[in-house]
Amino acid sequence: MTILPANACCEAMPMSRRGLLGAGLSFFAWTHMPRIASAAGARDPRFLTIILRGALDGLSALAPVGDPDYAALREGMALARSGENAGLMLDDFFALHPAMPNFARLYAAKQALVVHAVASPYRERSHFDGQDVLESGLAGVGKIDSGWLNRAIQAMPKGERVATHGALGVGAITPLVLRGDAPVMGWAPQRLAESNDDLARRVMDLYNHTDPVLAKALQSGLTADMLARGSEPDNRGGGNPAMMARAASGAARLMMKEEGPRVAVLSFDGWDTHANQGGVKGRLADLLGGLDGAFATFEREFGASWKDTTILVVTEFGRTAKVNGTEGSDHGTATVAMLAGGAVRGGRIVADWPGLKAGQLHEARDLRPTTDLRAVMKGILADQFGLSAAVLADRVFPNSASLKPMAGLIA
Amino acid sequence: MAASDDLYRLGIQRFGLGGRQDTRATFGSRLRDALVAEVDPKAALLGDQRLPDTARAIQIVTEIQERQREARAQKRQLAQVGAKAMPPAGNMQNNDMLAAPGSTTAGKPDAPQPRPPEDPDAIRVRDLLLDDVEARLKKAISTDLGFAERWVAFWSNHFCVALRRGQIMQGLAGAYEREVIRAHAFGRFGDMLIAVETHPAMLHYLDQRQSIGPNSPAGKRRAKGLNENLAREILELHTLGVGGGYKQQDVTNFAKALTGWSVSNFEEMIDGYGGFFFAPNRHEPGPQMVLGKSYTDTGKGQGLAILDDLARHPATARFIANKLTRHFISDTPPAALVARLEQDFRKSGGDLASLARVLLTAPESWQGPGAKLRTPYEFIVASLRATDTPVDRVPRFLNALNLMGQPFWNPEGPNGHPDDLMTIASPKAIKTRLEFALQVARPAAGKIDPRERAEALYGPSLSGETRTAIARAETRPQGLALLLMSPEFQRR
Repeated sequence: MTILPANACCEAMPMSRRGLLGAGLSFFAWTHMPRIASAAGARDPRFLTIILRGALDGLSALAPVGDPDYAALREGMALARSGENAGLMLDDFFALHPAMPNFARLYAAKQALVVHAVASPYRERSHFDGQDVLESGLAGVGKIDSGWLNRAIQAMPKGERVATHGALGVGAITPLVLRGDAPVMGWAPQRLAESNDDLARRVMDLYNHTDPVLAKALQSGLTADMLARGSEPDNRGGGNPAMMARAASGAARLMMKEEGPRVAVLSFDGWDTHANQGGVKGRLADLLGGLDGAFATFEREFGASWKDTTILVVTEFGRTAKVNGTEGSDHGTATVAMLAGGAVRGGRIVADWPGLKAGQLHEARDLRPTTDLRAVMKGILADQFGLSAAVLADRVFPNSASLKPMAGLIA
Repeated sequence: MAASDDLYRLGIQRFGLGGRQDTRATFGSRLRDALVAEVDPKAALLGDQRLPDTARAIQIVTEIQERQREARAQKRQLAQVGAKAMPPAGNMQNNDMLAAPGSTTAGKPDAPQPRPPEDPDAIRVRDLLLDDVEARLKKAISTDLGFAERWVAFWSNHFCVALRRGQIMQGLAGAYEREVIRAHAFGRFGDMLIAVETHPAMLHYLDQRQSIGPNSPAGKRRAKGLNENLAREILELHTLGVGGGYKQQDVTNFAKALTGWSVSNFEEMIDGYGGFFFAPNRHEPGPQMVLGKSYTDTGKGQGLAILDDLARHPATARFIANKLTRHFISDTPPAALVARLEQDFRKSGGDLASLARVLLTAPESWQGPGAKLRTPYEFIVASLRATDTPVDRVPRFLNALNLMGQPFWNPEGPNGHPDDLMTIASPKAIKTRLEFALQVARPAAGKIDPRERAEALYGPSLSGETRTAIARAETRPQGLALLLMSPEFQRR
């Protein structure tokens, strides 16, 4: 287990070349540093951000099985060190969800790490607002129509190939994190529209409470549709592992084209596991398996370029520490962020673990955040693309001067 | 306060095409007056000068059809020449059961035939149609409230024609609605009725062009006869209504009076292209007794005189009053409102503007809850309006209407698309609404916060359940789709 105090971690880590330069020469504008720009160009790095919409339960993705209060809070959902509910022990404290063998393998190869007890600055519990804060890079809810990743691309030097080739947004719309003045291209896998079972379930809920005529019609329509498809409707919630696979392989191929984008954002839906979340198996396990498959897809498709690749997985907030009355979890606060890729200095868990006793929980219900997610994002942008701390604090994550980039994330 | 918010919601759903971002803020406190202000002949016009009029549409389609005929004739000739060079089909080794009848794969059993390129002329005819639909949709999403468009849609459906009646209808349906329905939407019912029944689209749709008086010169010569279709549907669907007091003999006699009503030049060139044409040699001679009154044979005027009386008939007033109330208010129409409208129809001589004002200002019209459902067309338009979605891919909207069971300008029968709750709320249609809602919401949600939009559209009249469902949605597209699927949005 690598448990580091939140404030100490940045200083304690040995700095990479880029991190050092970024921190040390932060007052230089990029145009004054052509040498680094060309170095970055030669390396041709790739950076993916995967947004898990709906709020991933970090305590299930990377379970603190060594915490004495964990098993009681999580009841039937809890992972264990061994036995039928065994997770994949990454160290003697944390167990990775068993649906993620690829990530465990990358972790063992020092190409993956997890930051735990991390959260964006957002402290309320609305998905929309939480996703806005996560993507805007602001310190709180506010009106802005550009995202931190787009602003980061704008801040890159003119010659940087990432800056000229723009970024890829996978999905029907450009996500907020990619919106802005830097060029963005969009692509969506075919038949994306099929993944609407979760919407159907929510509309059914609404009709059941408000409109019996519409409820009956929609229920019949869904049943007929199910018979036509020859399958059960997925009433457990949204998200679709098959769609994740299609999105990942499509994005990977575009990013491998010579003139293709080097930065991409994917959104995976369905993580809002209020009910029947499941443990080793179940709804969340299926989703985590889909995410795990995406890592393997990128590793395979990128080939030799994998060594210069960073994948960052983030979500708008975490979920309640205690299991709720419907075998799920409700909107919470701190959660995990995952990094994978050949460029990642992995094989570590970065966490200033806050503990799970009632007094240690945020508002007596959620895992308490001890790391600001923006520090992780800043660290990657500084190390992989050489953005200075000043640019990061001013343009990319406005008004965040006091928040240092987390150093040492990138090899 | 709450009461006026609920009234706004009822009114915009029931009489309009749904709110846009700023509609409630702009018109919330004076919605009724703003709806009444749309009772204006100009508001009912499409105002797109580029769209072809009836004569031009007929000319375009007729020319295309001539070319298609020539092409087919050439193809037949070539096929005959080719058949001589090939062994008879019975001797072929290939016995492909899957080959479509008449398919041309017989000569090359192994080579899959490439799909023949689509006839560019067929595309041109469809473009005529798509241009009109696009103009209609663009007006629908840009108009302030949409009462005039709703009124037009009602009459267009009342006097429906159907695209399924061939290529000529694809060319004509737009011009028909513009020149007949829109032009008279706030005029007199009698004028609209005559414009409808003399328009080439209707004469073609209800087979009037084939109707020949048995004792007319043409009838005696060709031993062809009467077609009662138009006469029957005018009585049953356009004016008196079923149970309106007419008998089979009235239908037959009315049909005889209408003989000779035709269209110049679908096929033959008579006097330039396209329009109403009276053919005296097909007209049944003599007086006709319809609904107890004898109409002297004045040629074309005989049918017109009957239409005039039908437009004024008390049964017509009752039928229209009932149908309007059923469409806009309830499947079980309040009798007081029906009586109000019926009385106004009779008193005003079928003044449609007066009728619309009575409908919009009657107390019964503002009593909720909205017990009906938006029609598929209304739902689609309202969804676009609510989400700032532009009218871009018209075929997508047409396809959605097909899937919801109400293909655009193409009802199954001359009684038009039904609008009662239980028919519209079919399982497949509601499931399709769900898919459509998400399709619209995905691209729109980039710039819209679903909670803010729900508030902008409905304010305090939004139910707690809907408000919560939207706020709890996992993503913005899902939240926006929930708004579009909410009972508040669906009901009217």
